Amino acid sequence: MLKLDGVTKVYRIGAFGGQTMTAVDEAGFEIKPGEVVSLIGESGSGKSTIGKMVLRLLSPTAGTISIDGHDIKKMGKRDYYRKVQGVFQDPFSSYNPVFKADRVFGMIREVYFKGVPDKEWTAKIEAALDAVRLSPGAVLNKFPHQLSGGQLQRLLIARALLLDIEYLVADEIISMLDASTRIDVLNLLADLKLRGLGVLFITHDLALGNYISDRTVVLHKGRIVEYGPTDAVFEQPEHAYTRKLLASVPQLHTKWEDA
Amino acid sequence: MTLEVDDLRVYYRTLKGDVQALDGVSFGLKDGEILGLAGESGCGKTTLGKALIRLDGRMKHVGGSVTLDGETLPIGDDVRMNPYRFKQVSLIPQYSMSAMNPTRKIGRMVRELLESRREKLDLTELHHRLELVELPKDVLGKYPIELSGGMKQRMVMVISTLLNPSLLIADEITSALDVSTQKAVVTTLKGFRDRGFVKSMVFITHDISLTNQLADTIMVMYAGKLAEKAPAATVVNAPKHPYTQLLISSLPEVGVRYADKRLTGIPGNPPSLLNPVAGCRFRDRCPLAFDKCAEEPPPVEVEKDHVVACWKAA
Repeated sequence: MLKLDGVTKVYRIGAFGGQTMTAVDEAGFEIKPGEVVSLIGESGSGKSTIGKMVLRLLSPTAGTISIDGHDIKKMGKRDYYRKVQGVFQDPFSSYNPVFKADRVFGMIREVYFKGVPDKEWTAKIEAALDAVRLSPGAVLNKFPHQLSGGQLQRLLIARALLLDIEYLVADEIISMLDASTRIDVLNLLADLKLRGLGVLFITHDLALGNYISDRTVVLHKGRIVEYGPTDAVFEQPEHAYTRKLLASVPQLHTKWEDA
Repeated sequence: MTLEVDDLRVYYRTLKGDVQALDGVSFGLKDGEILGLAGESGCGKTTLGKALIRLDGRMKHVGGSVTLDGETLPIGDDVRMNPYRFKQVSLIPQYSMSAMNPTRKIGRMVRELLESRREKLDLTELHHRLELVELPKDVLGKYPIELSGGMKQRMVMVISTLLNPSLLIADEITSALDVSTQKAVVTTLKGFRDRGFVKSMVFITHDISLTNQLADTIMVMYAGKLAEKAPAATVVNAPKHPYTQLLISSLPEVGVRYADKRLTGIPGNPPSLLNPVAGCRFRDRCPLAFDKCAEEPPPVEVEKDHVVACWKAA
């Protein structure tokens, strides 16, 4: 279980760092294996900051993040990244355009699987690609610009799966994809969840959060305003902010005037 | 009719040849009508929006015509198009955050802009419009950097419509905004139309749920061609083109859960527009495709105001 407890992040801003801004204020929630937790908030609500802290790209000012009771700060980074990996918003800037896209697999092999024979490694890659429903022939040995956004995002998820991770931080991973392909990536996350993966799904789109997640955390200005099972949050929102947010979502079959 | 677009073709020049981004699109727009232009990336919606106001250096006007209030717009000629811009055709840019001159106070920038068009600044009218979008008068004495993102967006909306253009083009103006700001922007745009600041509007977005909140008519494009055009309610509730049907059914809505109802996407990718195959451009991804799809389906009016380009729908 990945657990955040009283996590706070204060940024120093201004010319000489004289002022401070609290981006995340005492956030606490947990992700169990095999569960998708969505983190919903508007810009500046601190949702990506939380994602970065979980990925250890930032360190919290106060509070602890732990996995199964072990503080993540005390784990070696190499071990930690075998458990937790992230995928981000822009698939095109996640790759180096001058190298072939499958080089992301090679880099993993260099660090973690040096002694693995070629045959075993190929089988491992094929299994990972199969899990994200890509056919090896279509994506291996290609440059990033030859692949679509959806394929690139899936390759990144496959790369994370190679490490047999337990938790995945998915920060706005489908907001740059087209409507006809984004739903497939979303379904994929839901399938991985059935295999026991815990997913922190960060999004600004309430409909997507509602579709996929088991539990929902609503953030407003760095504070958690609502946290609970997704049905409860969406059907009986308790906080005024959640209600306002839900009322502003454009719905396909209802117009704002009629609501 | 305010706007008549007839068989418009705009290609992009590249080293490999012409990319046929907009390939024979025809439609009309009535007075007071808001047209929502929807489609995925690369479908030609932005190219169409740009073609109505300014072609950039790589774009080439290949054929077709645009008529606004009975006058043919010289869209292929950058210089001759100039008198029409801002007065007859205006644009709200996507990145309003960087649309204003950062070295001028906003009031001075607006005055200079109007002078360049040989127009006088009507200060009472400007104040009135600022009030409508809930901006205080003193924004005119501020630099753009002093405004928040939502305020800048509203300011740009006021400037774009100051000369009461006949046609307003809004290209993806809400994609960088939060949901609550999005709603405010869309409501303001509707208000502009109702008050007669703009006669008609083309609202370009990839988000069909949002278009439906605003538009009277929705036009769905696919790979540089018109797929379907109909009143907003018809497109959302009873689309006829297989592409529109699949697109609408792939949209998650609040209330739809993975566990209860599994949505599916559309397999495959849009075709390359460099040398597109003849015939229907959607046929490789279409579950209903048959022999006749090798010929290009013409847009047919199947019901009143409902145009579909598909052999199966006619």
